Amino acid sequence: MNQGQSTGSSDRLVAEALSCVRGGRILFRDLTFALEPGQAGLLAGPNGVGKSSLLRLIAGLLKPSTGSCIVPETRALCDDRLALDEHLPLDQALRFWAKLDGSDDADVTAAMARAGLSHLAEVPVRYFSTGQRQRARLARTYLTDARLWLLDEPANGLDTDSVARLGTVLQDHLDNGGIILAASHIPLPIGFDLTLKLEPLEELEACL
Amino acid sequence: MFVIGSIATIIWRDVRQSYASGGTWLPVIFYLSAATLFPFAVGPDRALLLQTGGGILWIAALLATLLPLDRLIQPDLDNGVYDQMIVRGLSDEMIAAARLVSHWLSFGPPLLLAAFLASGLMGLEGAALGTLLASLAIATPALAGLAVMIAALTAGLKGAGALGGLLLVPLAIPLLIFGAGSLSAHGNSALLFLAAISLLLVAITPLAAGAALSANRE
Repeated sequence: MNQGQSTGSSDRLVAEALSCVRGGRILFRDLTFALEPGQAGLLAGPNGVGKSSLLRLIAGLLKPSTGSCIVPETRALCDDRLALDEHLPLDQALRFWAKLDGSDDADVTAAMARAGLSHLAEVPVRYFSTGQRQRARLARTYLTDARLWLLDEPANGLDTDSVARLGTVLQDHLDNGGIILAASHIPLPIGFDLTLKLEPLEELEACL
Repeated sequence: MFVIGSIATIIWRDVRQSYASGGTWLPVIFYLSAATLFPFAVGPDRALLLQTGGGILWIAALLATLLPLDRLIQPDLDNGVYDQMIVRGLSDEMIAAARLVSHWLSFGPPLLLAAFLASGLMGLEGAALGTLLASLAIATPALAGLAVMIAALTAGLKGAGALGGLLLVPLAIPLLIFGAGSLSAHGNSALLFLAAISLLLVAITPLAAGAALSANRE
């Protein structure tokens, strides 16, 4: 079978016949969908069905076993890992990614404000609570000018106000022509144009 | 330009973190204590110290290379830092090359400084001291490269530290032979061999460590 690839870039996100094999197990196969600029997609399904793998695959961190996807050139991934230097104050830790993304200090301030973290700018990241860590992950995502946002459980650990604030930022991103693909068990306060329901596959097949 | 700027940013972050956390000085202190112990162990026989001191300082340098192994790759891998860099379009090889440079910057110069201080304890001076420092200066990029490669290969494994030591020691033997050999007569040709081995190790580090990082994601 042909090795899958994720080549090409465009304004849209197009996945064609994507399959993913992890640990000798097929997580999903023949997944085909497309998201236009301004559209949001929701990944649904039980634990372990491959939602995170699909997000990592579209982010370019995994190779699909078959199929291909065309993705916008700039992507941002918000998963369960913080990727911020724990001993640094939040603003300095974010500034590292801002430099890589070509953003400046004003963008860092704006991202912290949008995540509701302005008052914690000078607090080292290691003192953050679960919800504050999640907001820091989101702030790191808001920093990028990436068109495609891949969000893995973005509302985990957030309080009600923070979920509402997250909804506002996501809606802004869509209004600016961004694309969002999110996996979430907590209802997100934006309208989704597409819901992809991943089902567990019954059969166990050997790695290709 | 994007890539060069990014790599400079990454190197600067690593170096700053390494010096700020004090991790840089651990190998140096270890190196100096090993050098201090040696004259106590063999006695203050100047002739003997002169004869063996250079070799001892070389072995201490190898052992000092082992100390930072578990902090080179693992923390950033666990924290998702490398994933975020890949998502931003950097390649595994570029990440590994940046790590090699940043690790050398926080390992090489302090070790040379320590070697300069320690050579006083061995009574090395003049030409012998110059050769020792030259050989260490040539070899520290290779030692840093070996450390980055092995840290990337063993990242995520249980007992990575001990395994890393087992892997590094045999791979560092050529460096030790020609590095310590440069202190004897015919030292110049040994230095040239040392430089060749060092270049080779530095050249393969981004590829080998990059492949290990990439395999780690699967």
